[in-house]
Amino acid sequence: MRTILVATTALLSTTFGALAEGELNLFNWGNYTSPEMIEKFTAQTGIAVTVTDYDSNTTALTKVEAGGSGFDLVVPSANYIPVYLRKGLIAELDHSRLPNIGNIAAEWKDVPWDPGRSHSVPWQWGSVGMAVNTTVYGGDVNTSELFMDPPEELVGKINVVPEMSDVINMAIFNLGGEACTEDLVLLKQVRDKMMAAKPKWLSMDYGTTDKLSSGDYAASVNWNGSTMRARINNPDIVYGYPKKGYPLFMDSVALLSDATNVDEAYQFINFILEPENAAMISAFARYANGVAGSEEFMPEDMKTAPEIVTPAEFVAAGKFLPTCPQSAIDLYTAIWTELLK
Amino acid sequence: MAKRRAFDVTTLPGFTTIAILAFVLLYAPIVTLVIYSFNGGNSVNQWGGFSLQWYAIAAQNEAVQDATARSLIIAVWASVISTTVATMAALGTTRRGKFKGQTIIYVIINQPLMVPEIVTAVSLLIFFSSVKVATGYSGLGYLILAHSAFCIPFAYLPIKARLEGMDTTMETAAADLYATPWQSFRYVTLPLLLPGVIAGAMLAFIISLDNVIITEFVKSAGQDTLPTYMLGQLRRALTPEVNAISTALLGLTVLILTLFVFVTKKRD
Amino acid sequence: MSRQTPGRSKGLNGWLLSTPALILLLLAASGPLLIVAVYSVLEKGDYSGVRWILSGEGWFRVLFEKDIFDQTISLADANLSIFWRSFKLSIATTVITFAFGLPTAWFIATRPAKSRAFWLFLITIPFWTNLLIRTFAIMEVIRNQGILNTFLMHFGLISEPIQILYTDTAVLMGMTYVYLPLMVLPLYAAIDRFDFRLIEAGYDLYASRWQVLRGVILPIIKPGIIAGCILVFIPSLGAYVTPRVLGGGKNMMIGNFIELQFGQGQNWPLGAALSTVLLLVVLVSLLVYTRASSRDNPNG
Repeated sequence: MRTILVATTALLSTTFGALAEGELNLFNWGNYTSPEMIEKFTAQTGIAVTVTDYDSNTTALTKVEAGGSGFDLVVPSANYIPVYLRKGLIAELDHSRLPNIGNIAAEWKDVPWDPGRSHSVPWQWGSVGMAVNTTVYGGDVNTSELFMDPPEELVGKINVVPEMSDVINMAIFNLGGEACTEDLVLLKQVRDKMMAAKPKWLSMDYGTTDKLSSGDYAASVNWNGSTMRARINNPDIVYGYPKKGYPLFMDSVALLSDATNVDEAYQFINFILEPENAAMISAFARYANGVAGSEEFMPEDMKTAPEIVTPAEFVAAGKFLPTCPQSAIDLYTAIWTELLK
Repeated sequence: MAKRRAFDVTTLPGFTTIAILAFVLLYAPIVTLVIYSFNGGNSVNQWGGFSLQWYAIAAQNEAVQDATARSLIIAVWASVISTTVATMAALGTTRRGKFKGQTIIYVIINQPLMVPEIVTAVSLLIFFSSVKVATGYSGLGYLILAHSAFCIPFAYLPIKARLEGMDTTMETAAADLYATPWQSFRYVTLPLLLPGVIAGAMLAFIISLDNVIITEFVKSAGQDTLPTYMLGQLRRALTPEVNAISTALLGLTVLILTLFVFVTKKRD
Repeated sequence: MSRQTPGRSKGLNGWLLSTPALILLLLAASGPLLIVAVYSVLEKGDYSGVRWILSGEGWFRVLFEKDIFDQTISLADANLSIFWRSFKLSIATTVITFAFGLPTAWFIATRPAKSRAFWLFLITIPFWTNLLIRTFAIMEVIRNQGILNTFLMHFGLISEPIQILYTDTAVLMGMTYVYLPLMVLPLYAAIDRFDFRLIEAGYDLYASRWQVLRGVILPIIKPGIIAGCILVFIPSLGAYVTPRVLGGGKNMMIGNFIELQFGQGQNWPLGAALSTVLLLVVLVSLLVYTRASSRDNPNG
């Protein structure tokens, strides 16, 4: 009997004793958080950070909105921040608790989707384009036709990341439309062209960095940083900027309204606004960050990489995705769900 | 007069070949996976010499340590709870002859075996989300609850089988010697039943350890178990670390199974 | 002295002892299923969840869809193709596992008693191995630089890797691999009880091997066959992990389609309705099974 009692107590303590001092729950994109940066943070503050992954904005939003998830920080893309705001899911940031708030680069200090940065700080930003393995396809990579109407060599070999706003907007640009358009005629063309192209796609999945490196994908709609990482593993990979228009995105860190570890969250946010730490984040995922002064800490290869430093002729085609009115989003969601099936 | 054929009536043409082929095909992928866990190189399919580096990496990976600890804690809790509860249910439903409503009990107890896991996972997601919001509690309780529930049939079946095979003379003897039902249970039935109970506990343990879908849906922030961690890795960053973890998990399963065979083969 | 007679109030005791198990299961297994049924008739919430307003939208969307642009109502082809694919793959998996499983079960059952335990153990290990590990293992074999392709290229049978991964074939291969032990075990149990003298009798009557198989063996082990088929068909119909990992997001089965509604699809009622449909299909299959096996019971 006694042994049973002792065992039960031990068991109970393992379950509940795990509540250590200083914890933080970060909900972020997969493969997007630098382990070194987290280690440095923990060493400096004693706060243990648990990172949980998500693959897409919609999955993250759904999980957060369902409630009771236990996360403190989330990293949505720019066009989703107003949605979180509207639903009261993220809290206003008390800038007096963030001494480093002034470090945000000038062009990212005041953005239309988060005026004055009242609810978020920059994490990383980049572009969405085409990653192609040149041993399989040697033609022009700077076009979204590669996935909207795959050439011979790429039929059955190209992947499309299932990130709704990035893909749909690229498709809209491909057909000459503007972001957030509600032109039904144009959208019907978008829907039809994508549905026609879908059978020629290999898959609609994430994990593009590894699969491009290993050759499981010959090409993919992909983010620039992920493509750079693939190229480092496999030099045959190049990154293409669709001439007709490609989306630019920025992901920012926001504090959840029901966060329990608020102090720790503020410490973390302040931490990543240090130029050195921001550079660590960038060095891992290979995206640019929004902190001024981080350039001198960035890795050498990022200063000249074609994925980061956009060639002059393509700069104008990069369009930052605004937050579309709900009616537009509903239309896109309907098209997207139809496509996903 | 019927002629005696010179061959074995138990053989059927081609069956042995197909059987051996099936075994080979069944084990080849697993063996490959195990071999590549010792890969000195960095890729999952290019051999780079023998090395234990991935085991070291996995062992030092905090996320892995965390997930492993959590998997084990949940499995122990789930197996204890489900085995206790299943033992009681087995005692209540065996060796008594039919009673009213017994079928319903059977159906409910065996329900986790038949209902597709995705449906259970989705239903628990819905149910627990509301509870989490209402109570604000988001600890391991939900996972333990869910695991205990679906482990019940796995604990129940071996115990029931053992109970049915048990001979009642000992208990009748105990009653003849004026033992109370509780004493009879504690000193006679339980010890005889023990191998079945242990077997049930082991199966429940393995089942809980292996669960993927229900855990994936029910878990909250930072509550990865070993399988959900592996699922995340499978979809994103494939390194032989996954092989190392898989091999370790496989080793544990084989160990428990061997013990299980041992325990159930014991003659009492 | 009154002796505790085992027959007295057995019903009450039976229920009493079973109560903890029942409560646990009703709370965390059977009970929530009712919630799913309820959610299927509610209106969908903004990005997730539901609004507590009755709506037939969820069930409507199971089979029908409204075109986004011209609002015409039509049969949801995409949904139907997912149902069809799931059904097709599950049947195919059942057939292939049976083709491999019967000889394997026969083989194990006809081993001498000493080595039989070994073979049984050998087939049990994959059965208890984590589903994820098994799916991962097969993925490693069929991917572009996996063993299969390397093997075929090495022997000059193909010049560049065959794209197997992310196709229906990959999912089929994966499911067959994962569910094979589930077919073998019930077949083994049935063959184990089989009286081999019947075969001898068959041969003595000059039956060919094929006739013996068809006329003697198969009918008698039918309960085992049915059990095996059910044990493979039902889980494969509701498969989630295997199609997700091997299907590449494009070849969805019902399980993935359901999950989609709770993620990017943002339609919980539809997800709930689909889950209920899946559940009903499973229940019907089980009913067919109990009918079929109880009908054969009198024959023993």
